[in-house]
Amino acid sequence: MAEITGGPSTTSDEASAPTRGSQAWRFVRRNPTLVFGLVILLIMCVMAIFAPLIAADPFSMKPVQRLRAPSDAFWFGTDQLGRDVFARTIWGARVSLAVGISVAVFSVLVGLVIGLFAGTVWWVEAVVMRFMDGLMAIPAILLAIAMVSLFGASVMIVIIAIVIPEVPRVVRLVRSVVLSTREQPYVEAAIAGGAPWWKILIRHILPPTIPPLIVQATYICASAILVEAALSFLGAGTPPEIPTWGNMIAADRIYLSRAPWCIFYPGVALALVVLAVNLVGDGLRDRLDPRIARRM
Amino acid sequence: MSASDLADRTTPTETKRAGEPLLSVEDLKTYFFNEDGVTRAVDGVSLSIAAGETLGVVGESGCGKSVTALSILRLVPPRIGRSVGGRVVFEGRNLLDLSEREMRVIRGDRIAMIFQEPMTSLNPVLTVGHQIAEAVRIHRRASVADARKRALEVLDLVKIPDAGQRLDDYPHQFSGGMRQRVMIAMALACDPKLLIADEPTTALDVTVQAQVLDLMLELKAETGAAVMLITHDLGVVAETCQRVVVMYAGRKVEEADVFDLFDRPAHPYTRGLLASVARGKAGGRLTEIPGMVPSLREPIPGCAFAPRCPFADGHCHAVAPTLEQIAGDRPHLAACHKSTEVLAS
Repeated sequence: MAEITGGPSTTSDEASAPTRGSQAWRFVRRNPTLVFGLVILLIMCVMAIFAPLIAADPFSMKPVQRLRAPSDAFWFGTDQLGRDVFARTIWGARVSLAVGISVAVFSVLVGLVIGLFAGTVWWVEAVVMRFMDGLMAIPAILLAIAMVSLFGASVMIVIIAIVIPEVPRVVRLVRSVVLSTREQPYVEAAIAGGAPWWKILIRHILPPTIPPLIVQATYICASAILVEAALSFLGAGTPPEIPTWGNMIAADRIYLSRAPWCIFYPGVALALVVLAVNLVGDGLRDRLDPRIARRM
Repeated sequence: MSASDLADRTTPTETKRAGEPLLSVEDLKTYFFNEDGVTRAVDGVSLSIAAGETLGVVGESGCGKSVTALSILRLVPPRIGRSVGGRVVFEGRNLLDLSEREMRVIRGDRIAMIFQEPMTSLNPVLTVGHQIAEAVRIHRRASVADARKRALEVLDLVKIPDAGQRLDDYPHQFSGGMRQRVMIAMALACDPKLLIADEPTTALDVTVQAQVLDLMLELKAETGAAVMLITHDLGVVAETCQRVVVMYAGRKVEEADVFDLFDRPAHPYTRGLLASVARGKAGGRLTEIPGMVPSLREPIPGCAFAPRCPFADGHCHAVAPTLEQIAGDRPHLAACHKSTEVLAS
């Protein structure tokens, strides 16, 4: 860029229009938590997606090399059956992220639809909100244990079991936004203009629910990852043959004193993912909440 | 320009009912229901508007003028209240009998409404062009491009400078007066036969008020739409309306030609209203109407204005007056037992 300072017009152009690089850097400086969380999450996702390329077979057992400490051959050591902890940690990210993301997506979608109806059709509201209050009284872990024992253990059942108690939280959030939006004069003006209800719903009432929902989705994602790990640890979640962080910690917890790396690495991975997701959530909230965003 | 002049502008394809008004509200009763009981917000109001006419509806806050307007378009939220009696006949059909779907066709297309708050009556996250075009697209099956063209036309019509560029601006980029112009443009986008303006200038400052009122009158003459102007500002009424309905406590207390109303008010409440308007002379004390508006929760046996009325006697408190023609050859109705005394004083 230094060469083009010849003409007066180009210099003024350069001064007024910041380059793409400097804009990106400014974004990073203003949103450190968001960027930091996104970077960790991105690395985790890449590792999960390309697990077969990055890591060795997580199932291959080498009984001769049981409970080996971390080394060049096994970066994170081996577990009680001689399986590579690094490989299993990487593969474990798949289940955790899949559960976290799908729970966030499903509960937000279901909650959004129910919340929109509960907020706009007054007789639906009375029935649905009482039902949601009832759902909120069920502890997520107990419900999951009950469902797994009824329908058998699978990732799908775990996802459904975590979605059910999350939905009421989303419904409440959506409903509260809808209740305040529908009193806006522009909604009344739209009705007076002859707009059909579904058009008003989509044009005027739906959009303001999206920013808080995105933030809520990240928190749901983080809590879903933790609940999935807890369920796996309790043996009531993902089947034990699938490598998940919860399963790994559960299986090797008795070797804690002899081989702490078996538990340390999946534990760190779990904490890191949850931290990253929460950082993204906080960063998004700062960006999306108009009251905070304006101050920045 | 007289009312009959403008009436002739209605399109000939429409079934013209000779002598029938465009809109006639007959004995409309809109009540609000809540735990504490019934609030008679509108209690037997009748009024009519001829095609092309401007009718002023005046009264203080809470007298039921806005609820009357909302009832005509059936916009009173059903959870809160509903019209329990009367008829709203528009172009030969009773709007109170129509289905919600039929009502939607009328709203915004045949009858458009302009609200009081230009600041909040536009969605802040959609461009004004989008919002006007949307109104067109709901009623005319216009393409996006055609609707946009129409939006541009009406923005031009309401004299927004550089309409072409401002089409893609957001409401916050407009001043209050300009936003009210946008609202008017939106209301006019589908060529309504009746425009209900609920205090369209109340939220604007005085100079802008005058501009907006002038614009409304001009557009009315241009489009031939009838206007129902709801206001508490008698100055606005004097400037714009042909006929005036005065409401008090959910009832119509007087109806007259605008000149008759200002020259010979026959109801003590109307007199009180006129007396409490500041006139050019400085230094004089402003008269106010003593007392408070009665609660609409309890039934009012006699005249609703009796407790505040200097002319009232026992008969006024006991028996509700009916609307009667006042002496004179022009139509002039007043609901007052003492109207002859009022006129004489």
